[in-house]
Amino acid sequence: MFSNIDWDVIIRALPYLFFDGMRFTIMLTLMATAGGIVIGTLLALARLSNMPGLSHAAGAYVNLIRSMPLVLVIFWFFFLVPYIGQWLTGAERPIQVGAFLSALVTFTLFEAAYFCEIMRAGIQSIPRGQVQAAQALGMPYWTSMAEIILPQAFRNMVPVLLTQTIILFQDTSLVYVISVTDFLGAASKVAQRDGRLVEMYLFVAIVYFIISLAASYGVRRLQHRIAIIR
Amino acid sequence: MSYNWNWGIFFQLSPDGTYTYAQLLLLGAGWTLATSLLAWAIALSVGAVVGVIRTSPVPWLVRLGNAYVELFRNIPLLVQMFLWYFVLPEVMPQAIGDWLKQSANASFYNAVICLGLYTSARVAEQVKAGILSLRSGQRMAGLAMGLTLPQTYRYVLLPMAFRIILPPLSSEFLNIIKNSSVALTIGLIELTAAARSMSEFSFQVFEAFTGATLIYIIINIIIVNGMRWLERRVAVAGFISMGQPAAAH
Repeated sequence: MFSNIDWDVIIRALPYLFFDGMRFTIMLTLMATAGGIVIGTLLALARLSNMPGLSHAAGAYVNLIRSMPLVLVIFWFFFLVPYIGQWLTGAERPIQVGAFLSALVTFTLFEAAYFCEIMRAGIQSIPRGQVQAAQALGMPYWTSMAEIILPQAFRNMVPVLLTQTIILFQDTSLVYVISVTDFLGAASKVAQRDGRLVEMYLFVAIVYFIISLAASYGVRRLQHRIAIIR
Repeated sequence: MSYNWNWGIFFQLSPDGTYTYAQLLLLGAGWTLATSLLAWAIALSVGAVVGVIRTSPVPWLVRLGNAYVELFRNIPLLVQMFLWYFVLPEVMPQAIGDWLKQSANASFYNAVICLGLYTSARVAEQVKAGILSLRSGQRMAGLAMGLTLPQTYRYVLLPMAFRIILPPLSSEFLNIIKNSSVALTIGLIELTAAARSMSEFSFQVFEAFTGATLIYIIINIIIVNGMRWLERRVAVAGFISMGQPAAAH
């Protein structure tokens, strides 16, 4: 069964897998999380705002993205980003965009919809009286948000945000469909070149498993600590 | 934008010679629904068993259930697809492996099993949460009435637990439909793959993706409304259905 397994192929591929593949995966995860949280928070503020046009537009965006599969969104942006670039720069043709930038835009805008729902729940978990108190003190909207509401909302939602980041870390493997060399993409290239699918895919599964399990264990410990403080 | 729109493309014949592009997308939607529904049957039955096991008083069963959930939750779905499709036939004895590789619709069955077990871990999580959200007095009362433990689960705990977790379960059902698109990597021509091949054959990229997006939205709307109807239908007087669908995907 496992008799003709060649573990040596993994050892030889390690530098490529981690310095090319895993670096891409981690960079994409971290940057898309940061961008997604910023845009997601703005979307959440828009959804909760009193301006009907704004809240409806934000709601429509979030619901649209959340009803589409990530694979389809990746395809959408893969073809759309060059046109957006053309529109932004005023170039004559759709501009060439690198794989990393295309993936980054995709995941940032996709995850923003999910982070929006998390931040919305976080903002709504803060008692209304605090907003009213800030208003009564004469604080402008943005000051009350930045100084009072958002820090608490963010803190309450840290475990959920981190869990979403672990999901995002796993989801980045889907850039495979646009032939990007992330961790899985790198492994898949080696697997196909050397004809070693079994070894490479098992190794990839084990690495993802260890990282995700360790991270979710860390989130659970953090959750307990926060729960005790409150 | 320097892009030539051509919405009439949907009614043109696709290169396979029999279907129009619109029919091609609908055919893909059919595979998406077939995959999702079969996988959902697996997810619900396996998930219910694993979820129950995790609340049982037998420690090694609890650990086994926990290990099952962690295993399926911490490996990306795409990697799991590859494990089922590429790795499993290789590590099986030769005869079984060859049979697995050569069977017709191999990618469909692989996708159903992979998606079903992947989602079962998430269903198990919800089932466990549902059972734990019931007051412990319910279990004790069931046992005190002389019901065996399986009977207590069957007649007391599970009927309430499933009602409570109906909203998160319906969002898991929406997830399984979206996740079925990952099966395009192992060659299943479901809706996203159909849109992708339409974009490759016709070069009308954005029309193809718009078509697929609309179909996904329609499926979504139908399921959301169906689930709302089901929630009202099975509601027990005095219990308000709790919580919003979870924000996972």
